Amino acid sequence: MSTTNITSWAVDLADVSVIYPFAGHEVLMVTIGVIGWLAWHVWCHRWEKEDHEKIIAEYHKRNR
Amino acid sequence: MDSNINALTTVFTEFYYWVTIPLMFLIHVGFCMYEVGASRRRNHIHTLMKNSMIIPLVTITFYFFGWWIYWAFPNFPASIDWAMGAANTPWSENMGPNLEDRITGVFWAAFLLFSWTAASIVSGSVIERIKSSAFWILAVVIGSFAWIIDASWGWHYAGWMVEYLGYHDAYASGVIHAIAGGFALGILVVLGPRLGKFAADGTPRDIRPHNPWLVCVGLFIIYAGFWGFYVACNVPLIDPATIGGEITGTTWSATTIYLTPTSLSAITFNFLTSLSGGMLMAFVLSKGDAFWTYSGGLAGIITASAGNDLYHPMQAMIIGAIGVFIAYKMHFYVERRFKLDDAVGAVAVHGYAGFVGLVICGFVLWGHPSSPYAGFAEITPWGQLAGAIIMFGVLGFLPGWIVAKILNSFGMLRIPKEVELLGLDFATQQEQQAAEDDVRKAEDALMK
Repeated sequence: MSTTNITSWAVDLADVSVIYPFAGHEVLMVTIGVIGWLAWHVWCHRWEKEDHEKIIAEYHKRNR
Repeated sequence: MDSNINALTTVFTEFYYWVTIPLMFLIHVGFCMYEVGASRRRNHIHTLMKNSMIIPLVTITFYFFGWWIYWAFPNFPASIDWAMGAANTPWSENMGPNLEDRITGVFWAAFLLFSWTAASIVSGSVIERIKSSAFWILAVVIGSFAWIIDASWGWHYAGWMVEYLGYHDAYASGVIHAIAGGFALGILVVLGPRLGKFAADGTPRDIRPHNPWLVCVGLFIIYAGFWGFYVACNVPLIDPATIGGEITGTTWSATTIYLTPTSLSAITFNFLTSLSGGMLMAFVLSKGDAFWTYSGGLAGIITASAGNDLYHPMQAMIIGAIGVFIAYKMHFYVERRFKLDDAVGAVAVHGYAGFVGLVICGFVLWGHPSSPYAGFAEITPWGQLAGAIIMFGVLGFLPGWIVAKILNSFGMLRIPKEVELLGLDFATQQEQQAAEDDVRKAEDALMK
């Protein structure tokens, strides 16, 4: 059993193409990547907003 | 790879492009140093991270869709080349370890490093007041979308701008620099200046870099990385039969991205003389100011880049000097007239110099064939002017302005005034101070 298409190197390399694991599931892997990318932007927007709110509160505390 | 000579040619080409990648990585290192040096102490970490996060974001999005755009869009919007695009979708077997395809990864990465550069150029101009989360969206738009459309149109052997306009831009005066400068300008118009940049009567104040040395070393490192950029723009070795155009005989040659013959010798001469012309002119204009002299070297190369595959070295030097003169004067005119705060002069050094370089190229290379293929338009001043407008205005300024407007309408573009005054790094600096106080107390306790 192998997660790649290769189970032995007793092959002619001219017949070998992809050597990464789970070949055939590329669309799934890319979908996971795209979801992760979009989620990262959402997280960043929220994190930055919280960070700025803390700084604004500190600014007003200092200038009361 | 079925014979020694095929294997050598394949490995040479693969290695040639691969070497350009770590060299171009230096461009990003230089941009980060330059931006941090130009920012004030209260904004260092955010400035650094804003630019650094271009690397992962543009990398993954260029993998998701940027690379496909390049191959599918040479004739967009008239048509989409689905067949060429198919081999370059993120789910294609070519986009991973594959013993039948040994070049796509390095070729993809060489283009990707250009994408980082496009986004990084924009990053410097908007420092100290843009929200990082907004900038990162804009970075994806320029790095993985706008610039690669222009590359597909005007920096591809079959792009419609090459075929119908005779557009020639061998080392990316417009394809990278004019578009990034235009994009930055589009954002700046919406973003506005840093607080305190302009006096009540509109006179601009000089917000000095906190560390001019870091700025200059950063620019020096960008020069070093620029060598990789130039080399990556060439096809290292190809024979006329593979090109399949009008070239006769069997002499192999290096070519530009358009498959028109040139040599590494040509671009080495011209890189250095255009750099020299730019530095000499900038030194005179700025009366020896280090920041503008270094920036002038960069702008000199950028101006001459469109035709640096063909210019005589003295032409490259003069063209570099002319570009710097125009870019320098334009920077201060636009700052005063329109109250635009371009913190590092990126719009001038990349945008105006790139635009001017394209137009000059149209005159100096007038009539030269833009392509080895029959039926392509020759290089002309009007073709280059149209190309410059498309790069700077249509694919640069407009998308930057539109996306910035949308982000601004949701309150997502600019940081609050309080944050700008206390500094983006305020929380980090507070934590650092608390940690230092804690250690000092512990040290004092040990001495009692």
